Amino acid sequence: MSRASSPRKPDGVVSLSALHSGEHGEVVDLAGGRGMLSRMTALGFTPGADVTVVQNYGRGPLIARVRDARIALGRGEADRVYVRRTSA
Amino acid sequence: MTVQHAEPVPVEETPAAGTENKILQVALAGQPNVGKSTLFNLLTGLNQHVGNWPGKTVERKEGNFVLRGRTYRLIDLPGTYSLTANSEEELITREFIIRERPDVVVALVDAAILERSLYLVAELIPLPAPVIVALNMMDVAEQEGVHIEPQVLEAALGVPVVPMTATRNEGVKELIGAVEDVADGRYDYDPSIPHIRQDHRDVLEQVESIIEGCVPAPYPQDWIALKLLEGDQKVSEMMAGCLPAERQSALDIVLREHDDALVAVASGRYDWIGRMIRAALTRPTTGPISLTGKLDRWATHPLWGLAIMAGILGLVFWLTYAVGAPLQDLLDTYVVGGLAQLARLTLGAAPPWVTDLVADGMIGGVGAMLTFLPILVIFFAVMGILEDVGYLARAAYVMDRFMHLMGLHGKSFLPLFLGFGCNVPAVLGARVIESKRARLLTILLAPLMPCTARMTVIAFLAPAFFGSAAALVSWGMILLALTVLALSGVLINRTVFRGERAAFIMELPIYHLPNWRTIGMRVWQRSLSFIRKAGTLILAVSVVVWVLSTLPAGEIQSSYLARIGRFLEPIGQLMGFDWRLTVALLTSFIAKENSIATLGVLFGTGASRGLAEQLAATFSAATALAFLTVQMLFVPCVATVAVIRQETDSWAWTLFDLLFLLVVSLGVGVAVYWVVRLLGG
Repeated sequence: MSRASSPRKPDGVVSLSALHSGEHGEVVDLAGGRGMLSRMTALGFTPGADVTVVQNYGRGPLIARVRDARIALGRGEADRVYVRRTSA
Repeated sequence: MTVQHAEPVPVEETPAAGTENKILQVALAGQPNVGKSTLFNLLTGLNQHVGNWPGKTVERKEGNFVLRGRTYRLIDLPGTYSLTANSEEELITREFIIRERPDVVVALVDAAILERSLYLVAELIPLPAPVIVALNMMDVAEQEGVHIEPQVLEAALGVPVVPMTATRNEGVKELIGAVEDVADGRYDYDPSIPHIRQDHRDVLEQVESIIEGCVPAPYPQDWIALKLLEGDQKVSEMMAGCLPAERQSALDIVLREHDDALVAVASGRYDWIGRMIRAALTRPTTGPISLTGKLDRWATHPLWGLAIMAGILGLVFWLTYAVGAPLQDLLDTYVVGGLAQLARLTLGAAPPWVTDLVADGMIGGVGAMLTFLPILVIFFAVMGILEDVGYLARAAYVMDRFMHLMGLHGKSFLPLFLGFGCNVPAVLGARVIESKRARLLTILLAPLMPCTARMTVIAFLAPAFFGSAAALVSWGMILLALTVLALSGVLINRTVFRGERAAFIMELPIYHLPNWRTIGMRVWQRSLSFIRKAGTLILAVSVVVWVLSTLPAGEIQSSYLARIGRFLEPIGQLMGFDWRLTVALLTSFIAKENSIATLGVLFGTGASRGLAEQLAATFSAATALAFLTVQMLFVPCVATVAVIRQETDSWAWTLFDLLFLLVVSLGVGVAVYWVVRLLGG
């Protein structure tokens, strides 16, 4: 989780890659270039969306479930999705 | 449902009288993996035309069908998640709808992933063509415990919503009925339009007032404003060419202040979707873990995932060698050999050079192409099945961490690896990779995979030179080729592509049973397209090489090709080659296994045991190893070159690749030669 921390993160907000398998979160913000933001938002990662991490082995890509779809993300991409942990 | 297939009729011939005779243009849009191909094949059957979109490397499919006396033209738009100009596919889809204005756009959505699939619908509805929502995969949705009430969704959207399961041919008739109703104006089409998120409404109005009156036809002004806020590159460029300078600078200021608007636009669409589905969709409450979830525990596991993939690859190799290779031999012996004999018989009276040209030059070339078919069919079928059931994305996920070290994408792995059978399908298979850059790099690297034909040559020569160490040398060659491939990937990625990493964002679709009809159609179309497009080039090059190796005296020893070989001898001598080895390499351009036949002719032994012994007596171990190395890494066969040209749609990249491979193969060959010599070989 090399680039997981970002100075503008408010309290309690972590990057998606910090969630363990089975944990839930709510998207708070996204970072990245236009091309990537456009793809991520189209796939359902918009502020307020519920995300569940299906698989995260701590390194390499991970799988998240958002808006009923399973999305595989590189760690670098997942680092730039900021979420607030939720219980369900 | 009975669908009759009509001959394609040009749209222009539409009679003016009445709408009944008009050909209805229906565009089929949808996100990837929603079953678009299945529906398209179901409606058009074999009556479809496959080509490329003008100036693009994206496949364009269209077909006609007749239903209840009415002719429909169905255009299959590329699968896209959204309509922002991130990729060729997205650009093609929106330009087609805005410029061609089809009578109806059928938006196929996946009922099991309703919310996400409706995102494209949210982008389609504001465009100037009526939209019908086809709720596909109702069966999968029920399986996953998702319940949808189509009428409720229809009432919210204000556009027709047709539930269907294309794989079982359910709801297709109703879909066409809805198309007819909308096209004939019998449907009260009153779509709900998505809006930008509340906090950005004023900005949108500002942008609209700046561009007011400057938007070129046929683009809708409000759509252009939205795309400008999304930072859409194509639209920004277009408007920069239309706006007066002071308005452009006003626009730039607004856009710079609101560079977060993209997220607001997307959020607005999802808010709209939320309102649309609120009453229509019931999700499973807790429910058991779905089949997809269970399978993925194994298929995407870092360890088991690799094991499963290794198993699948093993099966494919077995299939290629056990079924493909014997079929190739049969084709070569009976069909190609038979054709050559037939040509000799029928051309008996013609001058000998005509007979030779036809029997050896042309039929030899056609044969080289035909013998690819069994392996191609197996490859396309395997890739088709893996893609259709949803496994391909899992294999890509498991392999991504290794592949992206080379600047490749996880999806590069299967096409490349299956290139062990043959480089041609490896290049063609790169189509599954969405990232344009990763696709190009995969294509450029594919010729470095050791194909069966190259292995045949190695298998013949290695025992002659190295006796009991032959197996070791063969393995060493494979290892060398793979190492060179990996290093070339790193090198090209660092230099030509300046180290940009392909973002890895990929959907893992829900697993489902393969649709044989869809896979069969794909295998058929891809194979046919290979014969059509690559065929001409292969035939032409075969004839040229045949002519060069025959003229002027009718024998290869004194031919132009031999003269070229002698001319190039100084290069060959860096590795201890004489001109005969160089000529053998040159003829391998038609087909890799030609090297052996050529050496057989040049040494006057034929491709027999005697050849192997002669070669071993003539050349040192260092030269032998260098020759095997160059053979392994050399410019690929003409069929591979033809498909590289076809898939990159660029002679520049094709020539770049050939030059790169030439330099690499000779460079590594020379290095191997000198290392072996210094070690006393």
